[in-house]
Amino acid sequence: MHPNSSAESMAKITKRLCTLVLRLMAVAATLLAAIVMVTSHQRTSNFGISFEVKYNHTPAFQYFAIANAIATVYGFLVLFLPSESQLWRLVVALDVVITVLLSSSFSAALAIGDVGKHGNSYAGWLPICGQVPKYCDHVKAALISSFVGLIIYLLLLLYAIHTVLDPLLLKKT
Amino acid sequence: MALENGQKPEDKAELAAVTKPTDWTIVVLRVVAFFATVTATVVMASNKETKSLVVAPPISVTLTAKFQHNPANVYFVIANGIASLHNVFMIVVHFFGDKFKDKGLQLVMVAVLDMMIVALVSSGDGAATFMAELGKKGNSHARWNKICDKFEKYCDRGGGAIISSYIGLLFLLVITVLSIIKLLKRN
Repeated sequence: MHPNSSAESMAKITKRLCTLVLRLMAVAATLLAAIVMVTSHQRTSNFGISFEVKYNHTPAFQYFAIANAIATVYGFLVLFLPSESQLWRLVVALDVVITVLLSSSFSAALAIGDVGKHGNSYAGWLPICGQVPKYCDHVKAALISSFVGLIIYLLLLLYAIHTVLDPLLLKKT
Repeated sequence: MALENGQKPEDKAELAAVTKPTDWTIVVLRVVAFFATVTATVVMASNKETKSLVVAPPISVTLTAKFQHNPANVYFVIANGIASLHNVFMIVVHFFGDKFKDKGLQLVMVAVLDMMIVALVSSGDGAATFMAELGKKGNSHARWNKICDKFEKYCDRGGGAIISSYIGLLFLLVITVLSIIKLLKRN
């Protein structure tokens, strides 16, 4: 009896530790993405005309910063939830919503960033990364960080399904 | 013993009565989501507008706006196409999946695929929405001019496709959450 229960409690502690570490990494990634995006800013002057770019200028980047901020706050609050609480089912559902939010904001920022880097000849939009390379690098770093956070949230969702569905039949019924 | 034997078939009947309504709910939701994503794919894929502008009286320039010109729109069409196929596949699995005695990985794959498709469609929506917003309002700071004042029909159709995709995304989200909750209850 005792060896079984201690093995089970070890498994439980390992599971709990794994999810906590993953969630902490996700909070760090989304926080980093939000901060880096908000502080992206560059000013250059071409032939006496000064050209300033901030993240404010593009609604896609504003949405990106807000979505990552929401994900950070949510992730931070979930870290404090005790493991026996019934709210974990709500957390799984909210995880899906947060993943959708992060995914759409990452995709939108990537699309606008692509127009900024390569331009769009059909619409007559010229690329701006040649004039403000530091801003482009800043935005790229924020995108990478948010992508890491998105991948971690997807892993957390897959792990939730693994715990619920038990596909390898590890639990004894 | 007699009580146990007597209780079991009743319990099974009760379980069947409880799970049947939720099964039909999910199928109806999947059908609606399928129609929404198919509409989005078809409307965006057929989005094309040609306009000829007179530059100087004898010379006129023909400009075409196609959905392929914008990589975000291409991704939108692909994502919604994959989501439509997924919806069809899930409806088929729902009706014919019970015939197999060995369910195997069916439950796992349904939940996992649902979540992946939700992430895919949401990213397609996000990209297409902000590209459409850029086309509608332009960006004065980057000196990108708006194109919707010249290509109104193109913008309207694109907007309609995006709205339809959002409806599909909402239904897919509800389906995913319902499936996960149903699985949690079963355990």
